[in-house]
Amino acid sequence: MSGSSDAGKSVWAYVAWRLINAVPLVLGVIVVNFLLLTLAPGDPVTALVGDYPAPADYIERVRQQYGLDRSVPERLVRYVGSVLRGDLGYSFANRQPVATLLLERLGRTMVLMVTTIAIASAVGLALGVLAARKPHSLGDAAATGFALAGYAVPEFWFGQILILVFAVWLQVLPAGGFRSVRETYEGFAAFLDHLRHMLLPMAALSFRYMAITTRLTRASLLEVMNTQYIVAARARGLSERAILWRHALRAAALPVVTVIGYNFGFIVAGSALVETVFGWPGIGRLMYDSIFARDYPVLLGILLMVSVTVIVVNLVTDVLYSVLDPRVRY
Amino acid sequence: MAAPAAAVRPARGSGSGRAAWRRFARHRTGMVGLVLVVLLVLVAALAPVLAPHDPFTTSRNALLAPLQDQRYLLGTDHLGRDVLSNLIWGARVSLLVGVAAALTATVVGVIVGAFAGYFGGRIDELLMRVTELFQVIPRFVLALIVVALFGSGLLKLILVIGLLSWPQAARLVRSQYLSHRTAQYVDAGRALGMRDMRLMFVEILPNVMGPVLVVTSLDVAQAILLEASLGFFGLGDPNQASWGSMLNQAQSYIRRAWWMSVFPGLGISLAVLGFNLLGDGLTEAYDPRMRVR
Repeated sequence: MSGSSDAGKSVWAYVAWRLINAVPLVLGVIVVNFLLLTLAPGDPVTALVGDYPAPADYIERVRQQYGLDRSVPERLVRYVGSVLRGDLGYSFANRQPVATLLLERLGRTMVLMVTTIAIASAVGLALGVLAARKPHSLGDAAATGFALAGYAVPEFWFGQILILVFAVWLQVLPAGGFRSVRETYEGFAAFLDHLRHMLLPMAALSFRYMAITTRLTRASLLEVMNTQYIVAARARGLSERAILWRHALRAAALPVVTVIGYNFGFIVAGSALVETVFGWPGIGRLMYDSIFARDYPVLLGILLMVSVTVIVVNLVTDVLYSVLDPRVRY
Repeated sequence: MAAPAAAVRPARGSGSGRAAWRRFARHRTGMVGLVLVVLLVLVAALAPVLAPHDPFTTSRNALLAPLQDQRYLLGTDHLGRDVLSNLIWGARVSLLVGVAAALTATVVGVIVGAFAGYFGGRIDELLMRVTELFQVIPRFVLALIVVALFGSGLLKLILVIGLLSWPQAARLVRSQYLSHRTAQYVDAGRALGMRDMRLMFVEILPNVMGPVLVVTSLDVAQAILLEASLGFFGLGDPNQASWGSMLNQAQSYIRRAWWMSVFPGLGISLAVLGFNLLGDGLTEAYDPRMRVR
């Protein structure tokens, strides 16, 4: 990339500006969390003391101990303070601090998500190129149809269908879990075992994502192919192949990069559903269990974590965008 | 985003509507979408007539009855309830929640977007910040928490999904108002002494309804998916037959009763596909150059 020295400076200024702008967003999410907790029906003391009748002075002591006797603004400030220190509360169902619990589960979700995004982006890009090279051909119709299906099929249902076909009927892959329970593998065998357990959840999760990437690649490539510089490249006698790979695809990839970032939130939601279907012990499974355990600190912790992740990923994509496209300056 | 060259007031009335319909009818996939949506509406409306059984009646001598069972065309679930009848009644919930939530989102989005785009400046800045906040918070996770905390029910589902889905409509409406507010017909109205509210909602709004309709249609699809996802997490309305809730129960019986999974999922997919295709057709009808993902 040319002119990276002066561009580099402006990128860092841009990153700093974006980080400053992210502060009110993060605070906003924390306040939403607090409001949800405060507005929720039921006295929070009941959750601490339990449903059975307790002596009034005991209840009062608990109320004071947890600061629940203070005013709402005062509690909000204390809540924001503790969240900023990394204290997301305590999960009574799991007997662990929420932050510790989330970090532990996050790793397993990330393994699933990152591989899914990588594979789905590659396949989606390939299908999109295939479709855009010969618009309205049979290949285009197939890729477009595939994308339409991916938009419509709920990933949790697709997961169930995959279990039916590959685990129940064909019996070639495990129906769920993180590793085999009956056997203990070590080293490479353990890795292969994990991989076998990942295949179906990954397939279920990647369908929608592939669809999005396919559709977007096709649309943006078709648009780029009609621009003047591609016409100029054709006029210079460059082969269609060279035009596609060296010129068009690079420009067409920009919206695709953006969508990787902006769909991150959806992918988290998707993984939550898919993890539930396959019993994958990640964030999503934790979310499902926490609903039934009424473990609200965990749920709010997940909400905060996912929101912050989305903000960070959006920032990274925007910076990446400026690196990929020399015309973009901040 | 294509800026409409609205130098004069764009033609309104039946003429442009008929032209839009012609463009829509030429779009084959859009017509497929329309057919799917009409079918869904028919099934939902005629549910009491179409359903062969009461969706909630359990039958102890027909637990997990397979498709071969003559009495139940699509089998029964773990409590002996007829899958087909639940499927038919479930269409009602999906359609109702989907359309009502999308309309809620559209109304909020139009109001927010109109104020932001028409007035610009500080108001725009503030409203867009709020919109950004709602876009950053993952819709599904927040909806899940709200329903888990406050309990489920049709009205709550509609409100929660609707009030979390407006940012896309708001952004679109804002961009439309940005280009319309300087148009000559708006200037003319202002010169005639029309108030801002009248200009915003009586003069400009009809001219931006086409693109708004596209977003509404796509929002219905998203809302149906979201309702199904909440149902799958066990947070659907407990008093209604819902496709998502059916899939939640199917999860435990996947090895013994494949029909409990397969059919509700088909219902969701076809309904979502229908509204997505309808949205594509409407895009073609109102602005072939506009693309909404």
